Amino acid sequence: MLTLTGVCAVVTASALFLILGYLLWNGGKSLDWNFFTKLPLSPGDLGGGMANAIIGSAKIVALAALLGVPVGFISGVFLAEFSNKGMADFIRYTADLLNGVPSIVIGIFAWTIIVVPMRHFSAWAGGFALSLMVIPVTLRATEQFLTQVPLSLREGALALGASKWKSVATVVIPAARTGVLTGIILGVARVSGETAPLLFTALNNQFWSKGFNEPTASLPVMIYTHAISPYEDWHRQAWAAGLVLLGLVLVANIAARMVLARGAAAQRG
Amino acid sequence: MATVAQTVPVRARSFFRNLRAGDQIAYLITFLFAASVVLVTTVLVFELWQKSELSIHRFGFAFLRTTTWDPVNDEFGALPFIYGTIVTSVLGLAISVPLGVGAAIFLSELAPPKTSNTLTFLVELLAAVPSVIFGLLAIFALVPLMRLYVQPALIKAFGWSPFFKGPTYGVGVLTASIVLAVMMFPYIISISREALIQVPREQREAALALGATRWEATWDAVVPFARLGIVGSIFLSLARALGETMAVTMVIGNDPRISASILAPGYTIASVIANEFTEATGDMHLSALVELGLVLFLITIILNGLGQLLLIVTAKPGTAR
Repeated sequence: MLTLTGVCAVVTASALFLILGYLLWNGGKSLDWNFFTKLPLSPGDLGGGMANAIIGSAKIVALAALLGVPVGFISGVFLAEFSNKGMADFIRYTADLLNGVPSIVIGIFAWTIIVVPMRHFSAWAGGFALSLMVIPVTLRATEQFLTQVPLSLREGALALGASKWKSVATVVIPAARTGVLTGIILGVARVSGETAPLLFTALNNQFWSKGFNEPTASLPVMIYTHAISPYEDWHRQAWAAGLVLLGLVLVANIAARMVLARGAAAQRG
Repeated sequence: MATVAQTVPVRARSFFRNLRAGDQIAYLITFLFAASVVLVTTVLVFELWQKSELSIHRFGFAFLRTTTWDPVNDEFGALPFIYGTIVTSVLGLAISVPLGVGAAIFLSELAPPKTSNTLTFLVELLAAVPSVIFGLLAIFALVPLMRLYVQPALIKAFGWSPFFKGPTYGVGVLTASIVLAVMMFPYIISISREALIQVPREQREAALALGATRWEATWDAVVPFARLGIVGSIFLSLARALGETMAVTMVIGNDPRISASILAPGYTIASVIANEFTEATGDMHLSALVELGLVLFLITIILNGLGQLLLIVTAKPGTAR
């Protein structure tokens, strides 16, 4: 029976390698320079790329981070430093609730409050939808790492005559910097692969989109539309896009975790 | 300072001091941000309710019981989608839980710490893979595999039962469940492993001292102790699976029919929203789709709540019995 649990562990861990290997094999075959520089072509024409989707994804994710990270971070500071326990519990519960909302429902919400009043799809709506998913992750990470800062550090700052907010801003937050940053990177990396909230907020675009007010292409939505299309050459593009997207997400994840591990080791030693 | 103190009245001065100290301001600003999180969540629930009101008034509870989904005649019943959502998630769990809990037992009880940490790291990276990538791989790798080998084999072996009947499309409920199962691994494994690691040493040593084998000690003494944590992990991954959109939409076949066979195509709540939302023109159609979103939201928050509760209960020492 014990060997059987080992088999379970190998099977589950190998899922990642199967995914990576298959994606590298198919994506590697399809990835070329055009992918990064050209626009998608209409079905039937061979070649083309997803330059607009790469830039579009960057725009939407940047927007999500700009909207979501400050709200999550400052709220996290409130929970860890200023709030009383009852209020902190309530807000934490709300954040968990927001975190648990299915991504497609987030999409509906962004559609009702941004797309409907504006009367068109836009990068704003997509960025707003994703920011709602960044907020709870950032909030929980900030709160968690701020509360881990030793009490003696705060007391030291207060004893030197600093006010509460000054000790938080100059002592506690810098002490928790690594952890909070890691949490934020992980949160942003997670939403950068989200498709469902973008389907009816940023929609998609075969061309460049100017500014933030037009329907905007993004890598995840491109992968979806290309993968379910019947065209061979579009499938090739989908593989290439999949490889690029997964590469970005995994690199961000591994880097963030390594930074965190090193920070923890430094604190212990 | 003295001149300032003379010119402003007492109340204003203390306010002025607070302002200089900044604590109240910092409190106020951070509080406003935190309150905005609560506000956004409240507005989300309100909007879902308001936008689905049309459909709620028209169909009432029949919405959850009827099976017609006909946008042309504005007849909407959500049962096929609710059925599809629940069946795929539960089947996914049935595949994922034995493998995941088995792996968690291996990682916490048997593997040397280094191996355990590396494998856990790999499994947790699986959670970072975007769902559209799971869908992409499922369409091009899993679906042909199912169509050519797995489904024919299942029909050959179990074709006498109503659960394994019908043509082999490759796409379908079982295919979606397998994808969901893989997506649930990281949640089940990492949370169950945490719960198992927290079981006190004495628990193992006592069982071993009584003459239990290593497996008996693990299965009879350690696993029951971590039971609530494991169940919590199951609830949390179930909530994730129910709301999963892209990977499922790409392989379930998108057919709003209830059929007993798990090889047949189906449809889930999240998939129908993803497919029809941008194309819905009638108000009633949109409203029905939003109501589906509301139903999904309610199911997931209840499951999430239960899962969190179980984890909180197990985190307190001495309560897991």
